[in-house]
Amino acid sequence: MKTDPMVILKRKIVNRMMIALFTIAVIISIGALAAILWKLSVAGLKGFTLDVFLKSTPAPGTGGGLLNAIVGSVVLVVTGLIGAIPIGIMAGTYLAEYGRNSRLGDVIRFCTDILLSAPSIIIGLFIYGIIVLPSGHFSAWAGAASLCLIALPVIVRTTEDMLRLVPDSLREAAIALGCPYWKMIVKIGWKAARPGIVTGILLALARISGETAPLLFTSLNNQFSTSTMNGPIASLPIVIFQFAMSPYKDWQNLAWSGAFLITITVLAINILSRSVFFKKRTQ
Amino acid sequence: MSMTQQSSVNWDKSAGALFAREQVKKLPMPKGEYFEGPFKIATRAASFLLIAVMAAIFLLLLYQSFPVFKTFGFTFITSSRWNPVSNNFGSLASIVGTLVTSLIAVIFGVPLALGSAFFLNELCPFKLRSTLSTMIELLAAIPSIIYGMWGLFVWVPIMSHVIQPAMIKNLGGIPLVGGFFQGPPFGIGTLTAGLILSVMILPFIASVSLQAFKSVPASLREAAYGTGANVWEICWKIIIPYTKTSVIGAIMLGLGRALGETMAVTFVIGNAHRLSLSLLAPGTTISATLANEFAEAFGNTYIASLLALGLILFLITFVILSITRILLLSTKRRMPL
Repeated sequence: MKTDPMVILKRKIVNRMMIALFTIAVIISIGALAAILWKLSVAGLKGFTLDVFLKSTPAPGTGGGLLNAIVGSVVLVVTGLIGAIPIGIMAGTYLAEYGRNSRLGDVIRFCTDILLSAPSIIIGLFIYGIIVLPSGHFSAWAGAASLCLIALPVIVRTTEDMLRLVPDSLREAAIALGCPYWKMIVKIGWKAARPGIVTGILLALARISGETAPLLFTSLNNQFSTSTMNGPIASLPIVIFQFAMSPYKDWQNLAWSGAFLITITVLAINILSRSVFFKKRTQ
Repeated sequence: MSMTQQSSVNWDKSAGALFAREQVKKLPMPKGEYFEGPFKIATRAASFLLIAVMAAIFLLLLYQSFPVFKTFGFTFITSSRWNPVSNNFGSLASIVGTLVTSLIAVIFGVPLALGSAFFLNELCPFKLRSTLSTMIELLAAIPSIIYGMWGLFVWVPIMSHVIQPAMIKNLGGIPLVGGFFQGPPFGIGTLTAGLILSVMILPFIASVSLQAFKSVPASLREAAYGTGANVWEICWKIIIPYTKTSVIGAIMLGLGRALGETMAVTFVIGNAHRLSLSLLAPGTTISATLANEFAEAFGNTYIASLLALGLILFLITFVILSITRILLLSTKRRMPL
């Protein structure tokens, strides 16, 4: 059989071209990450002094920092997580243990998956409707609640997935010894799945640390430090949004410092969660 | 039946488990048995909460936006007049903006994502593979607001000084497509927003596709390589047909993410409630309108109109994400985090 040399040449050229395009695609993708991190480091480190951590958000033209925003963010994120962790782990446990093959489990899984990718601004609208509107004012509670709802599906999903990795022989052994079902879950299931569940919590933490949209009309913003959860509270993402969109140079610089801080934190948590999980897998 | 098979079936209905449970019932009550009921109820209640939230989001948005549809009827969707001062609201500009930016994101994001996934699957040296795929996944971890700042401070100047003038000069005169590339080079606008979105959805599409690519049986690829197929032919004629459903699912997931993306778009789209053919003109999306106007909205009709916009966005993303889930589930894959 003779092959047409033109066909061979054409295949070769197309192949080379596509390989080049794949390489370009990956260079652009990685390049985007590098470009973002580069810009963040250059612009973020310029005004990155101790003042960022020690002073509150300033009026334009007067020096200041991001203290109240950082504190506010920590308060919101921690409160949101405290709400999401128990509910998420319990719901994930139901999906992996009691409701494993049930119709109800399928419906819940569907809701979890949709909520996982649903626009976060919709969560903000929802919380606005059920908390801000009836109470008549923006509050830190509302902001924390919206972050809680965003963290929830992440924790549910990872908990379920990790519990499903626990071999059934372990469960059977515990049940065979007369262990009550719930005790088997707590002592065998949760214990074996712990690194995975921690990974899920860390991923949820990373996810909600940078969330801006759901806070826009729940916790709003606050120029000052606040000690009450019943009023508006400053948060890092919202301050970044406000300052970055402003025409003042010093506000923009502070926004970059905040952006740098938030990105480093989120990426560090992400990488940490990966290492927690992979350590477990290689054991 | 071997041991491994037995444990992969529904174990709590297996003969051994049933027998064991019967035996356990005969024994004196073990320590802590009384806690079984409350624990089960607690897990069930927690998982019900997810259904409740889902239903409540839908019902609340429907209820709150009902007056809008009553007042404006279909013109709320078909009119692009958005005038808070005269209390006249039509959402067409936002809806079209949402769809157009997402479409641009998919057009640019899909080739980049699939190209990267092919590279990682076929060409990448083994040692670099996990590092590079982690780096691409980290793109998904960067908060949306950071993309917004990057877009506003880095891309907008480049767009307005370099890319858009070149587009206007070279493409603006072409009949039919020329209209997409006309007008002053603001920098901000639909095209810029779409491009930023394409980078944001890229990691989702790439990681889901890459997972699918890895599931292609080695024997298929080896057989193809053995008969002389080259890399591109493996990708296009072996991998893509085998993983078609997952790849479409991945693209739909990217689309779903792009539709609802808020902060990045808000920074660079310009928030103009205007329908214009040009991709270079400022526009708005549903999420950007909400982000820009909700906290400062006044009057019941205004707030209700914004909530109605939220309802429309929720319904669009719900449909897209449901399709995504069906596609991914049919190949035994789940939605990524």
